[in-house]
Amino acid sequence: MRTLTRPRRRYGHDPAPSRTAYRLTRFWLSPWLRWTVTTVLPVCALTGAVGFWLMQPAQQQRIVAGATQIRASVEARPEFQIRQMAITGASPVLAETIRQRIGLDFPVSWFHLDTHEIHDTVAALDAVADARVTVELGGALHIDVREREPVVLWRHDGALEMLDATGHRIAYIDRRDGLSFLPLVTGDGADAAVPEALALFDAGKPIMKRVRALMRQGARRWDVVLDRGQVIELPETEPVSALERVLAMQDSTGLLTRDVAIVDIRDPARLTVRLGPAAAENLETTRSFGKGIVSQ
Amino acid sequence: MIELFEIQRAMRQMRKAAMQRGVVAILDIGTSKATCLVLRFDGGELPSGDGVGPMAGQSQFRIIGAATTRARGMRHGEIEVMAETERAVRTVVQAAQKMAQVRVDHAIVSFSGAGPRSYGLSGEIEVSGSEVSESDIAAVLASCETPDIGTHRTVLHAQPVNFILDHRSGLADPRGQIGNRLATDLHMLSVDRAAVQNILHCIKRCDLELAGLASSAYVGGISALVEDEQKIGAACIDLGAGTSGLSIFLRGHMIYADTVRIGGHHVTQDISKGLGIPLALAERIKTLHGGLVATGRDDRDMIELKGETGDWEHDRREISRSELIGIMRPRVEEILEEVRGRLDAAGFDSLPSQKIVLTGGASQVPGLAHLATRILGQQVRLGRPLRVQGLPQAATGPAFSAAVGLCLFAAHPQDECWDFNIEDHRYPARSLRRAVRWFRENW
Repeated sequence: MRTLTRPRRRYGHDPAPSRTAYRLTRFWLSPWLRWTVTTVLPVCALTGAVGFWLMQPAQQQRIVAGATQIRASVEARPEFQIRQMAITGASPVLAETIRQRIGLDFPVSWFHLDTHEIHDTVAALDAVADARVTVELGGALHIDVREREPVVLWRHDGALEMLDATGHRIAYIDRRDGLSFLPLVTGDGADAAVPEALALFDAGKPIMKRVRALMRQGARRWDVVLDRGQVIELPETEPVSALERVLAMQDSTGLLTRDVAIVDIRDPARLTVRLGPAAAENLETTRSFGKGIVSQ
Repeated sequence: MIELFEIQRAMRQMRKAAMQRGVVAILDIGTSKATCLVLRFDGGELPSGDGVGPMAGQSQFRIIGAATTRARGMRHGEIEVMAETERAVRTVVQAAQKMAQVRVDHAIVSFSGAGPRSYGLSGEIEVSGSEVSESDIAAVLASCETPDIGTHRTVLHAQPVNFILDHRSGLADPRGQIGNRLATDLHMLSVDRAAVQNILHCIKRCDLELAGLASSAYVGGISALVEDEQKIGAACIDLGAGTSGLSIFLRGHMIYADTVRIGGHHVTQDISKGLGIPLALAERIKTLHGGLVATGRDDRDMIELKGETGDWEHDRREISRSELIGIMRPRVEEILEEVRGRLDAAGFDSLPSQKIVLTGGASQVPGLAHLATRILGQQVRLGRPLRVQGLPQAATGPAFSAAVGLCLFAAHPQDECWDFNIEDHRYPARSLRRAVRWFRENW
């Protein structure tokens, strides 16, 4: 006979549990009770204690203050400091404008720097076509700017603006000095039709020396203004081919070199020419000769 | 017969419910010790592969708690003092629960006493269709006539051990075979009703629910005999303290079980009476120095008999080991002769195999195998229980054959495969089901 239980020390001791002890042991061994006592109750007690501790306003303030201090100390570390800003691809004037617009006070912590906001600020400038903002190793803020290229000048309402190829304004300027190589457009709504104007300038290269400006009429069609007050009125649709027709006529007949005030090709099917005053008088006289009204 | 199958089915349902809960207590209440094993069923997959048998279902469970204690209030495997037995069961269940760290609500119990008696029944029917169906098997099982076992006795086990289909005998499973007459042999084991009721009451008083009941002679055979021995035919003799159970297995089924109401405790009593020493000391001398075959050296091997009577001469005696053997041997011989008589009465001689396996606590006496070959025949071996998962080393001895066998019985009960529906004509109300069955069988 062997026993698997621990041998009892006292002789004559009854190893049998009392009925109550037996039932209590069994009750304690029931799975839900064990789970409740060993898992649920400790978790509840711990959660409650931590929650009660956190409910005290003084503790909350202490925690917030501590967290703020830790955060500030991390932010103030030299590894996260940004000391300078480099702007590439911008003219000195534009770079200065960008610096003023961003208005950063270096050194600044990397955590306080919102590169998206800086990007939006820079890209909102008229003269900037595109910008890329990066923070480089060693604590430098790098702004790579691509400027808009001025292609035309636009005079309207007494102001003079530089426009890029898409018609977007680059800057107001006071005078045309130094920018005389840029062609001039005028009239309301001319900025919306800058690509068309550029195509017209391109097509009108043979008479470029004589072109003074392109004038937008009623925000729908172009007039080409030449020197001597000559005007070529172009149609709304396909103005380039109309201008090419006029130029071809100029090549063959020298139309524009004559005393013609207005070449009207608004209706491409019917080209109309208004003569200058002298030519008109001359024509009248010639016609009178023809009719025999006037005699020499 | 129908009533018997309903009882069996109810017991099976209870056992299934217990196994679904996952934890079952195995309770072996013997004369000298009570053992409790806590089994956890985790529904483990049976290992599959070539040559791997069902392994008696032992891979499905794991022993997570084990305890044993001195049984009290037991005599010849029956409860003599209810309160004492209850305390022993409480002790052992509490200790096993403590080891397993889980509460057990269902207990499967084995006991050794209550005078088991075997009956061989037979039934015969005409097969209803062309081939044997499950309802035919239910019918042939129901056709076995129950012998008059007396009002004071109850059926403990009833298993079909053989099927005969048109003069072809020895069928294990005749389902799907074609024949006209189906007959079956059924082995039924009856026990004393009062003893069983006492055990049920004891379990109930310990707040446990009974999920199964088995004779320890049967379950001892399940664990001590290897599978081949069960198939070819063998007898298992479970030498306990108060009783010696014997069970005969053939073709994997128990075909006979009986108990002899003498055991190792009687040997202890003989030593106590013969030498005039207390029972505890006699038990100690028996286990430490006991033997059955005397040699010349045993005459010089002196054993001290310490006593506390106050009589110096009486308390300072010494006996030689051969004297002890001289006391023990006649009693063990008597047990084995009695067992031989029961085997002869059961017709064990006519079985194809004469294998006899000795197990149980009293089989640990040195020299028993030698003595048993003289009385029981040459093919005698000492059996130890099958090794199962989680069994503590201390519980692997032959004294735990019945407990381990009960584990195997719980995991893989032999009547499980005969869980057939009750015959249709017993359900006159369920005519729709009969109609469906008729339709299915005839179309």
